[in-house]
Amino acid sequence: MSEPIISFRDAVKEFPAARGPRRRRRGRRGAPVRAVDGVTLDVAAGEIFGVIGYSGAGKSTLVRLVNALETTTAGSVVVDGTDLTGLSEARLRPVRAGIGMIFQQFNLLASRTVAGNVAYPLEVAGWSRADRHARVRELLDFVGIGDKAHVHPAQLSGGQKQRVGIARALATSPRVLLADEATSALDPETTADVLALLQRVNRELGITVVVITHEMEVVRSICHRVAVMEAGRVVELGDAYRVFSAPQHPVTRRFVASALRDVPSPAVLDRLRERHPGRVVTVRIDEVAGSSAQVTRVLAEHGVDGTIVYGGITEVAERPYGSLTLELVGDDAAVQAALDGLRDATTVVDHGTATRPAADRSDR
Amino acid sequence: MNPDLVPVLWQAFGETVFMVLITLAVGGVCGLALGLGLYLTRPGNLLEHRGVFAVLNVAVNVVRPIPFIIFLVALGPVTRAVVGTTIGTGAFTFAMCVMASFVFARLVEQNLVSIDPGVIEAARAMGASPLRIVRTVVVPEALSPLILGYTFLFVGVLDMSAIAGYLGAGGLGDFAIVYGYRQYDWALTALVVVIIIVIVQLVQWLGNSLARRALRR
Repeated sequence: MSEPIISFRDAVKEFPAARGPRRRRRGRRGAPVRAVDGVTLDVAAGEIFGVIGYSGAGKSTLVRLVNALETTTAGSVVVDGTDLTGLSEARLRPVRAGIGMIFQQFNLLASRTVAGNVAYPLEVAGWSRADRHARVRELLDFVGIGDKAHVHPAQLSGGQKQRVGIARALATSPRVLLADEATSALDPETTADVLALLQRVNRELGITVVVITHEMEVVRSICHRVAVMEAGRVVELGDAYRVFSAPQHPVTRRFVASALRDVPSPAVLDRLRERHPGRVVTVRIDEVAGSSAQVTRVLAEHGVDGTIVYGGITEVAERPYGSLTLELVGDDAAVQAALDGLRDATTVVDHGTATRPAADRSDR
Repeated sequence: MNPDLVPVLWQAFGETVFMVLITLAVGGVCGLALGLGLYLTRPGNLLEHRGVFAVLNVAVNVVRPIPFIIFLVALGPVTRAVVGTTIGTGAFTFAMCVMASFVFARLVEQNLVSIDPGVIEAARAMGASPLRIVRTVVVPEALSPLILGYTFLFVGVLDMSAIAGYLGAGGLGDFAIVYGYRQYDWALTALVVVIIIVIVQLVQWLGNSLARRALRR
């Protein structure tokens, strides 16, 4: 891994439980809420790093520690060589200006045109009018909405609004771009467009991107590495492909299952076994375990017919990944031999047949 | 109408315009400042400060509900200290300015709380200082409702000027009572009422169209 551009060391963020005067008057002061609870992790320069978790897992707070919209209660955060711990509000402002951020609800200024929104961070940074004008043009062309400069945000679609958000976040040429649920308010097609744009930002401009999301699909399509968060802690961290192919933590398994939907649920299995008299098995397809060509070859060797009845193969971090559920038809000995052969090649879950169902292990 | 009254009506009109314009100007500026103070120091906002917020909030809550006719009299000592007298258009205009400031402060605050906090967070994320955020985000984003609030304030101030007029500040309200109501001249009273209605309609129309232009959505 190349040098880290963001380093968390035992970072903790606590919010006081009694917020607002009404709760205090009741005289009960609950325990403070630990939104981020001792996170240690490094984000490498130049990567797309995903932080995934359910609502309330602390991922939004974690990302706000990076640009100091929130400050740590304990531990440290170092961004691009600057330790943010204990910096005054005035000293934090230039740090924030050097980090781009985009938001789920876009957070564009309704009172300004598209060009005015993109120019905003340049005004803050003290650019001259002429320089701002040229830079805004360049940015709007980069994100593909050069024709919308003089339109107000209200007249744009969600995808276009997020493009404005991205152009605005890139205006001052930051080294880091933070994306807080940037695609969660968008439809699937627009999501794909925006993710592709983030990928371009990463590849063409070399900007490190930190993506906060609750959608494994986002991690699957663009992230190099991923951290899974639950209750303020990082419960799993690693290469996106590794996390997908061998998820360790139950939360990660749930996310992986939700992203691929390639493994049949118990109810689906019952129907599959009813519909297909043969032996039903699920085989894993990935770079480490085995390819579908291998599966085909093993079945042919043993003279067993394999019909695909469920599943799918997709790409994770641009590498093949998924699983196939097959109905194996042949005489019992041959099917058993083929199963053994498959087990040598990849991970296999045997679901048995309708009359003799095997113990399901549909989770991975 | 008795032709002799025409110059008197004009003078009354002038007095009302004077009182209302001064009050709108002073009350607008002070009210905006007070309202921004309330909004910014509210817990969870940019310049969160419990003490300042509590003081401003209590001050606005105490002053605003006092009936204006009582407020005018009660403010007498302060008016004397500031203006030097408690009678005349100037003295009453001072009291109107104070009341208008507190009324407008609440109007401003109520319109600002509707601003999406996400937009302010975005500005913070771009490194903007609180003062810049007030100037370039808070006020422009809430401009349309602020204009409507200011228009509303105008009607309130016109109403105040009539009460002040009755107590000795002159103006249209005073004219209507002295030369209309007390002389049983209903036509004259009605004329003044019509003049006031026309003024209010014109200003409301102006406020609405400015607010619509400011609302770019």
